[in-house]
Amino acid sequence: MKSEGRADAKSCQDLAEHMLSLALGAGADGAEVLVRDGAELRVKVRLGEPELVEEAGHRGLGLRVLKDERVAVTYTSDFDARAMRAFAEASLDLCRLAEPDPFAALPNREDMARTFPELDLWDESVLSIDVAFALGWTKAGEAAARAHDRRVTNSDGASLSRAVGASGFASSAGFSGSYRGSHVSFVVEPVCDDAEGKKRNGYHYTAGRFVSSLLAAEAVGVEAARRTVAKLGARKVATCQVPAVFSPEAGRSLLAQFAGVISGGAVWRKSTYLAEREGSRVASPLVTIVDDPLLPRAPGSRPFDGEGLAVRPNVVVSEGVLRTFLCDVYAARKLGRTSTASAGRRVGGGPHVTTSNFILRPGKSSVAQVRDVPRGLYVTDLMGFGFNPVTGDFSQGVVGFWIENGERAFPVSEVTISANFDDLWQGIDAIADDLDTRASVQCPTFRVARVTVAGL
Amino acid sequence: MQTDSISEFSPTPLDAIDARVAERLLSAALASGGGHADLFFEYHSGCDVAFEEGRVRTVGRGIVLGLGVRVLAGDATGYAYTEELSEARMLEAAHTAGQIASSGGAWAPVAIAARTLPSFYPVPELSLSRPGEDKVALLRRADAAARAYDPHVVRVEAGFVEGVAEVLVVSSDGVMARDRQPMVRLAVSAVAEAGGKRQSGRSGTAKRRGLDLFAEAGATPEHHGREAARMAIAMFDAVDAPAGPMEVVLAPGESGILLHEAVGHGLEADFNRKQTSNYSGQMGQKVASELCTVVDDATLMHARGSINVDDEGCVAGRNLLIDKGVLVGYIQDRISARHFGVRPTGNGRRESFRHHPLPRMTNTLLCAGQDAPEDIIASVSRGVYAKRFAGGQVNISNGDFVFALTESYLIEDGKLGAPLRGVNLIGNGPEVLRRVTMVGHDFDLSDGTWTCGKSGQSVPVGIGTPTVKIAQITVGGTRTP
Repeated sequence: MKSEGRADAKSCQDLAEHMLSLALGAGADGAEVLVRDGAELRVKVRLGEPELVEEAGHRGLGLRVLKDERVAVTYTSDFDARAMRAFAEASLDLCRLAEPDPFAALPNREDMARTFPELDLWDESVLSIDVAFALGWTKAGEAAARAHDRRVTNSDGASLSRAVGASGFASSAGFSGSYRGSHVSFVVEPVCDDAEGKKRNGYHYTAGRFVSSLLAAEAVGVEAARRTVAKLGARKVATCQVPAVFSPEAGRSLLAQFAGVISGGAVWRKSTYLAEREGSRVASPLVTIVDDPLLPRAPGSRPFDGEGLAVRPNVVVSEGVLRTFLCDVYAARKLGRTSTASAGRRVGGGPHVTTSNFILRPGKSSVAQVRDVPRGLYVTDLMGFGFNPVTGDFSQGVVGFWIENGERAFPVSEVTISANFDDLWQGIDAIADDLDTRASVQCPTFRVARVTVAGL
Repeated sequence: MQTDSISEFSPTPLDAIDARVAERLLSAALASGGGHADLFFEYHSGCDVAFEEGRVRTVGRGIVLGLGVRVLAGDATGYAYTEELSEARMLEAAHTAGQIASSGGAWAPVAIAARTLPSFYPVPELSLSRPGEDKVALLRRADAAARAYDPHVVRVEAGFVEGVAEVLVVSSDGVMARDRQPMVRLAVSAVAEAGGKRQSGRSGTAKRRGLDLFAEAGATPEHHGREAARMAIAMFDAVDAPAGPMEVVLAPGESGILLHEAVGHGLEADFNRKQTSNYSGQMGQKVASELCTVVDDATLMHARGSINVDDEGCVAGRNLLIDKGVLVGYIQDRISARHFGVRPTGNGRRESFRHHPLPRMTNTLLCAGQDAPEDIIASVSRGVYAKRFAGGQVNISNGDFVFALTESYLIEDGKLGAPLRGVNLIGNGPEVLRRVTMVGHDFDLSDGTWTCGKSGQSVPVGIGTPTVKIAQITVGGTRTP
């Protein structure tokens, strides 16, 4: 590869194939190689002035080698011919330190992807976003936020990031493939002064693989200002048990935690409360969750998985019943089944179970209907790490609004919500139709019948 | 260029970088003007071993090499990096970073002199130079200790991670600093099963040491194996945590996470320069109980958060942040120090050459007080004793913070009672620190594996505190009064 940062899929694939042959030549029984090459630009403006312009290309190679059922995982960014040969040999050498693991093996040849679906993940026009264009965009977005409401007294700035990347993957199980993708995101973060020296911050963002899918900079700025100003005067509420309505942003983080407890890796490690629950009810009948890597233009789509398997949509939860755990080849073998083609792969680590586009299917209710409770908490942000996947104990800080008779009454902060995660998912009694598709974990607004709110 | 602290280091690709190369790159970076530029070269070599189900499951190894170039033009930062240290690629990165500047004359080269650094983490022998079998042996011992602790322990995972970063910073004001930053980390997690229920526990340590660390009492693999198992078993008796405001006693050591969240982040000078922190404009004012003296100390021998030099080439130190309740200092990097007209405090840190520096904590500590820890617990009629933590988060703008307890106990009538299920505490930084009513004489530095995240960058940090009583903080349990 001549130069880094050009997101050239073919040269990534060529390099992966070359390293694969070096690894096999060095004596590996089996090997997989991932090569990533990409470039990023990030521009941030604050109070109308440039604060940061960051631009770089990067590339790296990750290798997994197997020898006598022993596994080593290595990575490098040195593509010098001699260094690559030495790297292959050193990686093989490292296998000796591992111990034989009968479950460690590459996928079966017949399961490998043969055809690659066209997923429309690349937008050439992303590359046309240069520093000048990004400065214009960010200035416009931030200015719109500050102009929208005089209570916006300060700013954490507006940032635009664009990234392009290519992946090439080659496996001795009979696979060689590559793809490339683009991504752009834009965020505005206003700040307001509140009583007692407190500030209130908020944000709004737009993101997608195509420049044309982004909201206008001004629209993002105005919405960010609206959301931030709405937090002024936030206060605690008395400790109570009430329904909780989760915005798509807050619900997304619950859904991401759910992805962790249906991961095959957590199941064979017995580190999820759902380990024995496949086939049983794990959520309200309103809940259907799918993991779909094949959605055109979606942020989490991929034409093959991290081990080269042909991908497919997996229905994880259907009307509240847990249909399947998501597995890579290793987890599947440990659990005596076949992979759901859910392996992810990074340059710096071996395959592991990941979600692609992990989606809580939207319901038929309007957001107003979901929010229509006599009193309750509308949660817009979650804070902290209070989730134990082994027991399902869940307790996190929240920011949001108090609901009275279906309407936002006043902003709330410095309270926690707690519940057992199982009760929380079983307790969902309304799901709205407003699916948020900006990120790879996608959620609509939903309501949980009862949580404990700890405050005053 | 070599300093005493790295004299035993083996040759690396950074050896090819001398003052002449640096001068050419800095000239290129500042060709369009700009007030300051720096070069950050990094060579990181790391290895990891994962042990589970009684065997070494995988072994990993990786090397990362690169250069980050930063140009400052006023308060604006231009940044670029390259993973290829050919002169052409390095010059390209320098030009890219320099685009931020559009005014001012070109740089007049200054004499570049190597800065002599302190040595807070001399390591007699790097763990990377020890045979892999030594590391596997540590993991085997941890695994055996966890399983031997109790027959209900059904799963043990033990991991060893080691790395050495060699960094070389050269700045346009003529400073050149080279440091070698080692780290070893051992972590054990255990799952126990009884009566159809499962519980988990974890324990670990990370320090700037060699393998000799694991021979010390309190750092042995057996200690961490047993501790992970003990936590898992102890949690079988856990009861639902209460919900609402209560008295809380923080155990010494890792409760320092409260300091890190409640004041540490809010005192980072970038937020205060931009007036986006709830501590902005409060210099010289009382922001905590007079029992509270808080320092950020990069000079603790071998501690996870210690650094000889920051990633901008400034020598790190021990910095007083809060003196008997009064705010006296911010955590500064170069940009903020210039804004406030103070000396940089040596807190300009970054995750790697791919990242620009930010004001970051090193080891953040609450200093010891006068009270006996047993008196502190005895003074509580009904409250929570917080012992182990999963992590925390703070909202800089308003000071609200949470931290997750993984092991805590009810206190009733001055005595420790039943263990509580996992729960969060939530409070507001200045409010909680004003409610500190007792501080123990039993200061302890946590030896845990703490990593701090900010703006997408992770850096290793240390935390420490004595036993502390907070008169009132909200406990986020499920049991309403």
